[in-house]
Amino acid sequence: MEGLKATPLQAHHEGLKALMAPFGGWLMPIQYEGILAEHRWCREKAALFDICHMGEFRYRGDIQAGGLEDVFTFSVKGIPVGRSRYGFLLNASGGVIDDLIVFRLAEDEVMIVVNAATAPNDFKVISSRLKNPALLVDISAQTGKLDLQGPLSREVLVEHLGGDLGALPFFKFIRTRVLGADAIVSRTGYTGELGYEIFLPSGKTAELWELLLKDPRVAPAGLGARDLLRLEMGYSLYGNDIDEETSPLAAGLTGFVNLDKEFIGKDALLREREKGPEKVKIAFRVDSRRSPRHYYEILQQGTPVGMVTSGAFSPMLSCGIGMGYVKPEAAALGTRLTIKHERVEMEAQVVELPFYTGGSLRA
Amino acid sequence: MAKFFTKEHEWVEMDGAQAIVGISEHAAHELGDITFVELPKIGKSVKQFDTLAGIESVKAASDIYAPVSGKVVQVNDKLEDAPELVNQGAESEGWICRLEGVDASELAALLDAAAYAKYLEGL
Repeated sequence: MEGLKATPLQAHHEGLKALMAPFGGWLMPIQYEGILAEHRWCREKAALFDICHMGEFRYRGDIQAGGLEDVFTFSVKGIPVGRSRYGFLLNASGGVIDDLIVFRLAEDEVMIVVNAATAPNDFKVISSRLKNPALLVDISAQTGKLDLQGPLSREVLVEHLGGDLGALPFFKFIRTRVLGADAIVSRTGYTGELGYEIFLPSGKTAELWELLLKDPRVAPAGLGARDLLRLEMGYSLYGNDIDEETSPLAAGLTGFVNLDKEFIGKDALLREREKGPEKVKIAFRVDSRRSPRHYYEILQQGTPVGMVTSGAFSPMLSCGIGMGYVKPEAAALGTRLTIKHERVEMEAQVVELPFYTGGSLRA
Repeated sequence: MAKFFTKEHEWVEMDGAQAIVGISEHAAHELGDITFVELPKIGKSVKQFDTLAGIESVKAASDIYAPVSGKVVQVNDKLEDAPELVNQGAESEGWICRLEGVDASELAALLDAAAYAKYLEGL
């Protein structure tokens, strides 16, 4: 556990007897009461996640002239102030260096939210693509982040933080005061439920955590539940489902790539589109309660066709679900597959995403 | 009759000529939420310490080994729809199966409850 970074809530997690484990260079809570109970709480009430490990960068300057416009697969200057957008930072061969969200704070100011493990490299790559790298500042250390997710999250936050939040639409955010400090509250999340991400000074994180946990509608949830929640929605996990070897085209994430603008990796994507991808992402549902897992083999009529990148037991569907990459000929909806690892074998079928459609996400 | 344990965290308890088999409370706690139990087929014969069944939790998939040799004569089919019974009582209602034709002398290769408790302390 040495050399791992700790969030401002370390002592709180230990007080709650959380199971802690390394994640992306950080010591993070995997579960408190239990993964399934926390998952259910998020789908039914409001779950609170410590997400302080994620990285935040701030850029202040001209977006077009400063070079930021060409860094990501989407247009930054096309994001209206007060809105955020999901997309990718690619390498020259079209592989995903990271998936991230850009928040348009002002005409000439954005916040970039990236994954924990990739943050140091992201910062280097983004800086290297700017005309004036000094305009990009890593604000991760001074920024705390708590996510409140679940159908009751709106009423809880309105009650504790004020009425401005009530009307906030999906993927919009407001700059507001939380516990007397400047904060950003965003209607985003990665669970499939109505939810909010709250960015505030890291010194205020513990106070907000304690305030929200006093509410009986709120319970803490760890990264274990978060992984099940995002998988039920079919959201990709960086390092599992997408990485530097995988393009957004293969990952079925073309909706977050704007080929009408310039960005590094675009030429590779155009070539790949021309040729057709060698592997494509699929979602599949297992016929039993068995869990497919990362690195399990995928076979079609006895022939290996690919590999599982994410898999788990779905508490909402009561069966195994997973995502993986297969040869394009095995990717059609309804295709029957076998998922295999050592002695474990399960039958599955290619299905559409999301697996779970009953969430309150757009409520 | 007392329970005996393997170092792989199975338990066995003789009930007349039959042996009842399960995983220990410790193992169930370590696995976390159990989501699937692969019950052995009735009629299957196993040798001591061979793979008997499988168990999956949200976190991991594991094999269950036979604490003693024998033939499977009954399985706890409640676990098909409610594998969480193993979390609720791994050494009671969460039992896995019953074996017949058991040689009780094999129990000597296992740990009794006190020795198992001591073994867990050393892990």
